[in-house]
Amino acid sequence: MPGTATLILLETTTSNLRSASLPTISAARKLAQANGGAVVGVVIGSGIGAAAQDAARYVDKVLCCDNPALSAALAETWAPVLVAAVKKIDAAALVASATSTGKDVLPRAAGLLGAGMASDIVAVTGTKTFRRPTYAGNALTDVEVLTPVVVATVRQTEFPPAAPAASAGTVEALEPGPIDALGSELVALHTSKSARPDLAEAKVVVSGGRGLKDATNFKVLEELTDLLGGALGASRAACDAGMVPNDLQVGQTGRVVAPDLYFAVGISGAIQHLAGMKSSKVIVAINKDPEAPIFQVADYGLQATWESTVPPLIAQIKALKAAG
Amino acid sequence: MKILVPCKRVPNPDLKLKVANGAVELAGTTWQVNPFDEYAVEAALRLTEKGKGGERVGEVVAVSIGPKDTSAQLKQLLAMGANRAILIAGDDSALDADRVARILRAVVDAEKPDLVVMGKQAVDGDDNQVGQILAASLGWPQATFLASILLAADGKSATVTRELDTGVEERRMRLPAIMTVDLRIIGKKAVRNEALAPATAEWEDTQRLASLKGIMAAKKKELREITVESLGVSGGILVKTVSHEAPPARKAGVKVASVEELVAKLHNEAKVI
Repeated sequence: MPGTATLILLETTTSNLRSASLPTISAARKLAQANGGAVVGVVIGSGIGAAAQDAARYVDKVLCCDNPALSAALAETWAPVLVAAVKKIDAAALVASATSTGKDVLPRAAGLLGAGMASDIVAVTGTKTFRRPTYAGNALTDVEVLTPVVVATVRQTEFPPAAPAASAGTVEALEPGPIDALGSELVALHTSKSARPDLAEAKVVVSGGRGLKDATNFKVLEELTDLLGGALGASRAACDAGMVPNDLQVGQTGRVVAPDLYFAVGISGAIQHLAGMKSSKVIVAINKDPEAPIFQVADYGLQATWESTVPPLIAQIKALKAAG
Repeated sequence: MKILVPCKRVPNPDLKLKVANGAVELAGTTWQVNPFDEYAVEAALRLTEKGKGGERVGEVVAVSIGPKDTSAQLKQLLAMGANRAILIAGDDSALDADRVARILRAVVDAEKPDLVVMGKQAVDGDDNQVGQILAASLGWPQATFLASILLAADGKSATVTRELDTGVEERRMRLPAIMTVDLRIIGKKAVRNEALAPATAEWEDTQRLASLKGIMAAKKKELREITVESLGVSGGILVKTVSHEAPPARKAGVKVASVEELVAKLHNEAKVI
């Protein structure tokens, strides 16, 4: 029988815990409470001593696997480290955020462990039972993991960001064992630089779709986005048409968002897109097509073109803020 | 170059899903190849042909686990251009990602492909696990969520780009490997085998449809039906599906007539601005 600890893969920069891990810490705490055990973080990378200290503020202990050969997040090298960490602390559960890293690495670790895995969980319902969306969010499915060790990725938008623990945990070095990338190497990482908040964490998301017609037309959405301190998103159609980079895509493929306020502008509302945004608290749809499916999930629907509505919307929100 | 493409049969994702009494009701649905897997077949076909419409060099083998009538989906893939297909008798209720990966492991051991290309996830279970578990089981490198594949002329390595949350990552990897593909793998210039197609090669910006000629040719292609037992795979599932329910319905929204009304509602009623 495994122990009671919950191990969580914490994503970091070289100096800080990434905010994408905070909701997953909340989920891990819930799981640890059910198991009656500790929350132990594991950080992996190169030159991440400061990040390990930062991460320790949130958990009982951090295992720090710091090695130059682990600087790139390769599933080939990271998954064996997670297995070593699970064995070292005799973990009952291994969790990570359902980010591109978590979704890549965790199933490989589950495979190495021979452990059952629940993907993209939205609720912890017991020590081995979870709720997760399936069929592009058109069903919620309760699953039970049958193996001694449980593996899960966590949908960030469904758990609150964790606050630091009452007292910081300890940091302990974790030996990686033999590191073999199996011939894989990172050539380049082209990340989009943006001063805006991350899509999954933003309180407001403004998304544009095919109706915007042209990349230059996104400028007006960007103005609305920045006025509200939000993040810019897009439908698959807008990304495929090259209007905006692919990493702005909201949907079953792409990012899942659940902000307090979501604007869908010129977006018809394909199932694929709805899967990524329908947990938003308030949804506003602006579309000239009265039959657009987006109106079925919108709290407020405005049947009009974006050209005739977004500029006055910006002006009126500015006026509202000025009147403050 | 021999490429194995695992494909799942899924219910039509565009039909409204019926969820009742703890279960998903699929009796009235139509079935189709999981879109991401269909894209994987397209990618595999491009990797084994001398440009668009060119001669096939190498072999694309489609494999599926499903009930007997999954042969309809496999025939479609044969008509698209896959060389042969394998149907392993099985039912979703007795499968999970781990068991699927173990069955595919046995197929890989028997077929010895140079490359496995598959969809990043099936659009019914949305697990996104099988490729990674299969890679772990084989001790092969993996590249997930691919937007492009450039296979080196010697057929021993590839340069790929992956779609991440915050951008695009470029990787080099050696073969044999597991690759899982994302939507943009069907872009005009997303996939190419340096040994077969020049840098100028372009394909349609979508997966190919089965031509009449392809449908006729498919009738002569091998579609082998086998059992899990014949592959020597034992053991059960690691994750049990307990029940399904419909997500809470959003309460009906309202149409507003003007920007003024919208701003007023957002400010006074929803209190979000």
